[in-house]
Amino acid sequence: MWKMVLKRLGIGVVMLFAVSLIVFTGTEILPGDVAEIILGQSATPETLRVLRAELGLDQPAYLRYLFWLGDLVQGDLGMSHARNVPIAELVAPRLQNTFLLAGCVAVIAVPLSLSAGLLAAMYPGTWTDRAISWMTLGSISFPEFFTATVLVLVFSIELGLLPPISNLRGDSDLGEWAAALALPVATLTISLFGQLVRLTRATTLNIMNEPYVEMAVLKGLSRRRIVFLHVGLNAFGPIVNVVALNMAYLVGGVVIVETIFAFPGLAKLMIDGVQTRDLPVVQACAMIFCATYVLLILVADIAAILANARLRHAR
Amino acid sequence: MTEIDLGDDRPARRDWHRRIGPGGWIGIAVILFWALVALLGPWIAPYDPGATIADMPYAADDRLLLGADYIGRDIWSRVIIGARTTLGLSLAATVLTYLIGATLGVCAATIGGWADAGLSRVNDVLLSLPNIMLALLVIAAFGTSNLVVIATTAVVFSSSVFRFSRALAMNVMVQDFVEVAAIRGERFPWIVFHEVLPNIAMPLVSDFGMKLVFIMLFISGLSFIGLGVQPPTPDWGSMVRENVQGLAYGSYAALWPAGAIATLTLAINLVVDDLSAKSSKAITQTMG
Repeated sequence: MWKMVLKRLGIGVVMLFAVSLIVFTGTEILPGDVAEIILGQSATPETLRVLRAELGLDQPAYLRYLFWLGDLVQGDLGMSHARNVPIAELVAPRLQNTFLLAGCVAVIAVPLSLSAGLLAAMYPGTWTDRAISWMTLGSISFPEFFTATVLVLVFSIELGLLPPISNLRGDSDLGEWAAALALPVATLTISLFGQLVRLTRATTLNIMNEPYVEMAVLKGLSRRRIVFLHVGLNAFGPIVNVVALNMAYLVGGVVIVETIFAFPGLAKLMIDGVQTRDLPVVQACAMIFCATYVLLILVADIAAILANARLRHAR
Repeated sequence: MTEIDLGDDRPARRDWHRRIGPGGWIGIAVILFWALVALLGPWIAPYDPGATIADMPYAADDRLLLGADYIGRDIWSRVIIGARTTLGLSLAATVLTYLIGATLGVCAATIGGWADAGLSRVNDVLLSLPNIMLALLVIAAFGTSNLVVIATTAVVFSSSVFRFSRALAMNVMVQDFVEVAAIRGERFPWIVFHEVLPNIAMPLVSDFGMKLVFIMLFISGLSFIGLGVQPPTPDWGSMVRENVQGLAYGSYAALWPAGAIATLTLAINLVVDDLSAKSSKAITQTMG
């Protein structure tokens, strides 16, 4: 079994390399390099040549890739061309904010969705199940900017309870943080809810159709005991798999939410970087996002391997 | 000669309409509504979507059904014309996604060997990247024309279609009748068109609906960030972007295009849910 896990880890490392290659080439295809953008109007062939030599842009691509990768691994994310500060300084607070956002969403959405999914599976076909089904339908169908718009209209405009966009500064207190986080977290929770509930429900129902559950029922065990003990333990692996996959989905969802609420997170930094053609920033942020995504998928796969005894031995 | 009752549990073609539940009918109605709006767009829009009608931004005007947007244009007209852009782009992207993904997936499954291994590895790498990141990188490189948006979306989503169609095709390839056909001397194209495709068509069609929803949400999301459809072309995603400032002033302008997207994706989900509730459980077993 551990061989499979190690193999999966190895594949994960290879994936990270492939991802870094894609991120690097993706930003290198950009027509017109950063030197042109920095110099703007005053870009003559002479000044361009000097600036490029200074920035190291005149070296062949593969050398630049290796240097970039080496720096990255040591924690040096390079310099932002647009703002002339080390990227690590820019990234650190933003990364904290995005993790805070994602963390809050995870802490709220996961228990909520898992309970709802289990509840729906425990009493399939009843009104509880149907009501939850309708809620998941809405959650899956509505795009983040729709739920965000509705939430802002209800809670900010009509009820005046929360600010429509985050007004966070370095010295904001806990209350301001809570207010700034409330709507973004709610939006992402609603988006995640549908997928998590549906998959939990489907997985649980699948397991409940297994013969050993029927045996437990025949033995006379209470419904609650069956669901939590026999079904729950067996559903654990697939559910961790699903949760990790959905956390990975958050990596994408967070982009929209940070934009609509002007939340000072990593995704907003990256999009600003794309718009100002600040290549090093885009590369650094993309690398962080993709690495997180790959890690989460890795966790999901390993959880699936460890949990299901049948998968532990290669076929 | 006695009648042989094949005991088919497939319903007779004549009463297929009774198999659709209430949710499915609502979904179909909404989809037809928007399809009509998209088709008849220029003829039913009350005002020119690019023309400034109201004198104040976000003004509520008696002539304008949904009010004015951030520079005074009629939101309802822009929603109507935007339907063409959004639906058109999404459909084009989904069709392209399926052309690429399903073709490669079926080929990988039928040819097998190195082709299969190679394609699957490349696909795994593509799958291991979050969709938006991949799209952002490509768009940052190539710009934001409609063509780039369609192509990027197709490449990004074709990886999951590849995986799905390959799994389905593999299931068919290991069946006895395929082996019989191969022994009979049938070549690979024949096997694909006569054995594999007919058997994988149904799950692929229902997956098409789901993909359409995701792709529509994706393209709208890209437009919303500003990297999809560019102004002044009306498009639901970019309309939300343009009017989102109005939220702070209490204007409902951003709600209408966002709501349009929501109704359409809800409708497609309703139809797909309805169809899949009736179809066989074999699909879940394929994916499991």
